[in-house]
Amino acid sequence: MIYSLYILNKAGTLIYQNDYGPTEKLSHNAYIRLGSTFHSLHAIASNLSPAGSSSGIELIETETFKLQCFQTHTGTKFYIIADPNHPNLDETLQSIYELYTDYVLKNPFYEIEMSIRCDLFDYKLQRLLGD
Amino acid sequence: MNKKYDKLGSDVFNKVEKINSELFTLTYGALVTQLIKDYEDIEQVNIKLEQMGYNIGIRLIEEFLAKSGIGRCTDFTETAEVIAKVGFKMFLGVTCQVTDWDTEKKEFHLIIDDNPLSDFVELPDHLKHKLYYSNILCGVIRGALEMVQMKVKCTFVKCSLSDDNTCSIKVVLEEVLSDLVPVGYD
Repeated sequence: MIYSLYILNKAGTLIYQNDYGPTEKLSHNAYIRLGSTFHSLHAIASNLSPAGSSSGIELIETETFKLQCFQTHTGTKFYIIADPNHPNLDETLQSIYELYTDYVLKNPFYEIEMSIRCDLFDYKLQRLLGD
Repeated sequence: MNKKYDKLGSDVFNKVEKINSELFTLTYGALVTQLIKDYEDIEQVNIKLEQMGYNIGIRLIEEFLAKSGIGRCTDFTETAEVIAKVGFKMFLGVTCQVTDWDTEKKEFHLIIDDNPLSDFVELPDHLKHKLYYSNILCGVIRGALEMVQMKVKCTFVKCSLSDDNTCSIKVVLEEVLSDLVPVGYD
């Protein structure tokens, strides 16, 4: 079960958020705050790494959920929050990245780095992540 | 190294969706002729084509990365090979050659033997050596590389339509925007 998906642009601003499982709804501003907080933690984690260059946070595991993050070479971050037993989140994130390139970036009316409002992208994500 | 990217290029090419190439070339032709009508000044047309290419490049790079699975290049020579063998193959179905490196490895020429944009095109004499018909490609390369933190300058040095027989683009690396590299990549 996937709970939520977040997409951050390279400046760390939330450009997309949606829930796919039974999660508590927060206010729009709260999602933006969560996104920026994660962006900062990711940067701090990478700088704190004792072993030289580090990729930053890739996975956070807890008893009730896990969070997996994927950062593209251009700096866009995708992260999903899922059931702790959910397998192959890597593949799911890769599929989401491909959907993003097809249904968001190829939409000529989408302005890059801005928040994503593309119905077709919503629909494809629902098919991929919803039950 | 070349062999590896040749194979990756054709693998990715086989995977992506194809469209009719004539529709593509004709659409591009219509676009260029319309720009010439709108601007009259040919230099302006070259600039516009480059800007349009840039806007395509900054979006297309993500699809390129997502579908080719390529990681960060170790140096600019590798970047050149990837553009020539994988990038061009994936989006235009052709590969090009990388030649004429300068001594500092910051400048190279891309030779495009079979440019699909200029199929069927014959430039009238008064446009020869003035209009860079495929200048959109320069913009695409500049836009795409900028998103992976490389600032380059791209210019047409030869155009097959202006009776030079070869199509050649010069790419110069101006700087690596290292403060924009996302955290976690060196």
